[in-house]
Amino acid sequence: MLTIKGLSVKFPTRFGDFTAIEDVDMTINPGEIHGLVGESGAGKSTVGAAVIGLLQTPGYVANGALTLGDTDLRTLSPSEAHKVRGDRISMIFQDPQTSLNPLMTIERQLIETIQTHSDASESEARKRAVDLLEEIGIKNAAERIKAYPHQFSGGMRQRVVIALAISTDPELIIADEPTTALDVAVQSQVLDLIQRLAKERQIAFMLITHDIGVIAQVADCVTVMRKGRVMETGVTAQVLGKPQHRYTQQLMDSVPPLDRKIDRFRVPDADDTIANNGDMAEDWLLEGAQHVRTGLSLRNLTVKFAGQRTSIFRKPPPYVALDDVTLNIEPGSIMGLVGESGSGKSTLAKAITGLVTPSDGIMELGGSVLPFGKSRDRDHPSRQLIQMVFQDPYSSLNSRHKIGDILTEPLWFYGFVKDAQEREKLAAAMLSLVGMQPDAISKYPHQFSGGQRQRIAVARALLARPRFLICDEPTSALDVSIQAEILNLLKDLQAKFGLTILFISHNLAVVRQMADNTAVLRNGKIEEVGETNALYTAPQAEYTKSLMDLTPMMPTTWQT
Amino acid sequence: MVYFILKRMVQSVFVMLAVAFLAFSLFRFVGDPITQMTGVETSVEDQERLREELGLNDPFVYQFMRFTGDMLKGDFGFSYRTRQPVAEMIASRIPATLELGVVALIISLLVGVPAGVYTALKPRGVLTQTILMTTLVGVSIPTFVIGIMLIFIFGVQLGWLPTFGRGGTVQIGGWESSLFTIDGWRALLLPAITLGVYQLTLTMRLVRAEMMEVMRSDYIRFAMARGVPTASLHYRHALANTMVPVITIIGLQFGGVIAFSIVTESVFQWPGMGLLFLESIRFVDIPVMGVYLVVIAFFFVLVNLVVDLLYVAIDPRLRIRDVS
Amino acid sequence: MIAFVKKYEGLWLFVHSSAAIIAALVAALIFLGAVFAPWIALVNPYDLSSFSLFDGLLPPMWEDGANPKFILGTDDQGRDMVSSILYGARLSLVIGLSALTIAAVLGVGLGLAAGYYGGRFDAIVMRIADVQLALPAILTALLIDGIARGILPSAIQQDLRVAVLTLAIALSLWVNFARTARASTFVQMNKEYVQAAIMMGQRPIRVMFIHILPNILGPLLVIMTVDLASAILLEATLSFLGIGLPADSPSLGTLIRIGMQFLLSGEWWILWIPTLFLVALVVSINILGDFLRDIFNPRLR
Repeated sequence: MLTIKGLSVKFPTRFGDFTAIEDVDMTINPGEIHGLVGESGAGKSTVGAAVIGLLQTPGYVANGALTLGDTDLRTLSPSEAHKVRGDRISMIFQDPQTSLNPLMTIERQLIETIQTHSDASESEARKRAVDLLEEIGIKNAAERIKAYPHQFSGGMRQRVVIALAISTDPELIIADEPTTALDVAVQSQVLDLIQRLAKERQIAFMLITHDIGVIAQVADCVTVMRKGRVMETGVTAQVLGKPQHRYTQQLMDSVPPLDRKIDRFRVPDADDTIANNGDMAEDWLLEGAQHVRTGLSLRNLTVKFAGQRTSIFRKPPPYVALDDVTLNIEPGSIMGLVGESGSGKSTLAKAITGLVTPSDGIMELGGSVLPFGKSRDRDHPSRQLIQMVFQDPYSSLNSRHKIGDILTEPLWFYGFVKDAQEREKLAAAMLSLVGMQPDAISKYPHQFSGGQRQRIAVARALLARPRFLICDEPTSALDVSIQAEILNLLKDLQAKFGLTILFISHNLAVVRQMADNTAVLRNGKIEEVGETNALYTAPQAEYTKSLMDLTPMMPTTWQT
Repeated sequence: MVYFILKRMVQSVFVMLAVAFLAFSLFRFVGDPITQMTGVETSVEDQERLREELGLNDPFVYQFMRFTGDMLKGDFGFSYRTRQPVAEMIASRIPATLELGVVALIISLLVGVPAGVYTALKPRGVLTQTILMTTLVGVSIPTFVIGIMLIFIFGVQLGWLPTFGRGGTVQIGGWESSLFTIDGWRALLLPAITLGVYQLTLTMRLVRAEMMEVMRSDYIRFAMARGVPTASLHYRHALANTMVPVITIIGLQFGGVIAFSIVTESVFQWPGMGLLFLESIRFVDIPVMGVYLVVIAFFFVLVNLVVDLLYVAIDPRLRIRDVS
Repeated sequence: MIAFVKKYEGLWLFVHSSAAIIAALVAALIFLGAVFAPWIALVNPYDLSSFSLFDGLLPPMWEDGANPKFILGTDDQGRDMVSSILYGARLSLVIGLSALTIAAVLGVGLGLAAGYYGGRFDAIVMRIADVQLALPAILTALLIDGIARGILPSAIQQDLRVAVLTLAIALSLWVNFARTARASTFVQMNKEYVQAAIMMGQRPIRVMFIHILPNILGPLLVIMTVDLASAILLEATLSFLGIGLPADSPSLGTLIRIGMQFLLSGEWWILWIPTLFLVALVVSINILGDFLRDIFNPRLR
């Protein structure tokens, strides 16, 4: 049993100690899956690192007690602590692509770990390794064990990682975002495996994640953290179902439900004093031809990329990123596009914006043909009519340019406003419209949080007076409460200005909240298109059904 | 895998062709070959006849093809200065330069790799800081100054080691080696250290940077989390992964060794190719300059092909492609 | 002031790194000395009438038999060592900085374009870089020098020495800039702000220089410092080999070559003082380069 009492971890900096976590209490019993949930900066991973004794230098445990069974983890010498690692506590990392040594076979890595912690002979260790792989669901293990990590797919690799973590029979496994890098189907398999291991082997799991759905599905108990402190802890159904703490309530309100559509998230809105200054920008956006709603239709669109060459004689088969995609986006509507990684969602966005050249098909924007990638002139009207909000607000704003320069660039570039001072004024008003203080104009992007930057990115897109907006995973890099704010903002703007939006996301629940119609993309092909509500309640395609089933969901009664 | 190696080979051939073209252009366009080959007393008619005989009036592409063909057959032309075949001149100088370069490279690896590993694993130690500061000074002292300092201390002040030439050499086949006599080693020591110091500092800094990068990777942290023994962690897991980028750079460094051997050979009057090249520049002996270039490029390309093969040997991702 | 320093990470680290401060001071001192050489030097080493053979081989002022007028002594021609070094450093810096500028403009331009356009153009530039790498800096410089000797009429060869040397050094250093700029540009090309700019239909030139360039200046600045050190070393090495500058317009390297003749005699200062000076200059620049690298790549700290 793991007991954490009054744990504080500090990182010395030149401005004094920075307290990463403070006064954290938690107990995890054998066989229990204990979820540790919170937004970025909550200190979840620091708790895990402190328990296993692998805090990033120069962090140190400043206070509190850490005991595993009868062992006081804090009093161990470095070599004793090293023995405990693997022997009694193990860990699973987020990204299976990077957590295995690429130069060693699975066999060597497993045997080495097993032999480190027991007296097993080489052949005994090998037998145990093969059994382990069989147990976690790798078929033909005796042969597959000879392979190198790169010969396994992502999901299989995470299984191997888990096999390595349990190969020494630890009492506790710290799983730090173990499914965040995985697709829904693989995620569900890995979660099942974790549940099985907890039950059969009585391993205690500390499951660190930002995904409340995952917690709801598998965790017996949960601890909610925020800014290094524990907000609430207890049995999952209790904490998430009847949250006592205001923060937990807010968190639950921000989680988009999969099984119904809510009009607005109940998160605090930007205050009205800011929004009122945005009238100028609003008037400007509503001037003239801006009422024309512009749809987009794609017919038989195909995108191929050159395959990787591996032979001199054969030309490599092209990689088909989009395969005969036909999609009609009604003027003034929001089309949701869901799909797993590699399904071609982003390629579709790039084809529309001209960054990628399709090999076949027709695109039409508002009834006129949209030329493909390279043949689209630099001054083609679509370059202004189509704008995009990107996934990563940390890379979508040029970090060396001031917010003012970033925002006035479209006004200058498209020749909307000739006078430089006017441009500044309009940019400031637009900031107000998206809920930001206008004085942001003289700052640099790094002075803002992810959510604020995403608002700035939306403002930049609007300043081009678009009629068609592509949102490519606009909230997947954001915390769930910030996500709720941005989704509210996008809904408001769409309603006000009659924008047509293509909303791309891997998150089914988010799309349900946003889209009028939804298309499901898989391996470059459209599996299913339909009115969002109908599609979610009665999916037609097998693939859509399985996606719905495998997405972790929480009981409807937990959210009001 | 086969495709990978073949691709590199084709690229190598192109690099060689480019260098051969450079050498040919040197020969053809820098000064007039005929005036260089003949004396003042040769009549204009004789010069013209010679020009015709040598095919210098043929189309440019044809001349280049013949030039390359001759090279492949081992015919490298004649020196303007000594009138000897360039092939012989260079061949007699190759052993001296290669022995110097290889010994220097070994010194730099034997010291540089362990020092790089140590400074990466103990980034805050006093010794690490000392080593880092020393190597910073090391890269800042020009090779020739290091040579002069070594000559001054060990040659002039202490009188322990010779300061020029190769000492006693032994003929093995056509190869004149200084590796088999004590005298030869004594003569080799100072130049090899001089040449090795600069490479050593580079190797050390590179190993250190790569090692620190690898130590931060997920698979090392995961190995730590499962209690893999420290020695295995550092050497089997971390160092092996460090070697992939490091051998690339060592391949590139070979070029540096050759280049700086020009300086070292000049300081120690070491009778290698570099010294010959310097002389040929001073006397604008174009054929020797051109052939030297081709020979250097050939070694460079050869070493880098070996590096590619090592790559394949070390990294299973290049060897085994199937993903299931 | 303290708040100001705390606000800027780089400045804070600088104030707390004694090595970097000393290096900056040394470099600044040498730089100023070189710039103001004509006003502060005792004699003009290029002007035969400004010194006299009678003052030859005087030791530095702290040794016996010195003339206190010549602080660091004189060489066999009677030239004041301080003046020679100041003028030598001036020449070394002029050549180093001009070579660096040419290399940076050429390399960054090609590297940016290669990273931006990719494909064929990139392949061609990188193959040229490969060939260049097969022929390391000293070799390239020597070769260009050799070619210049063959092509240029001997009458103007002397006048063009500095230009040829500068060009030779520049052409051997551009690859560093090109490779760094290309690699950094590749990283930036995947950033969404670049895609946004391309999508808008902005001109490639604008995307490259207004958007991408400011974001890759960090690594380029490091290369620039390190390559300034390389350029100075390269010039010194070429001059030492007797291929760089002639004895009547001595750079630091030439001074050391001349000093070599006194390696075995007692006049140690003629060799070792310019050597020390050269090493101090290059070490300072390299320390500053290292410091910049740490700032731009904090993970190596």
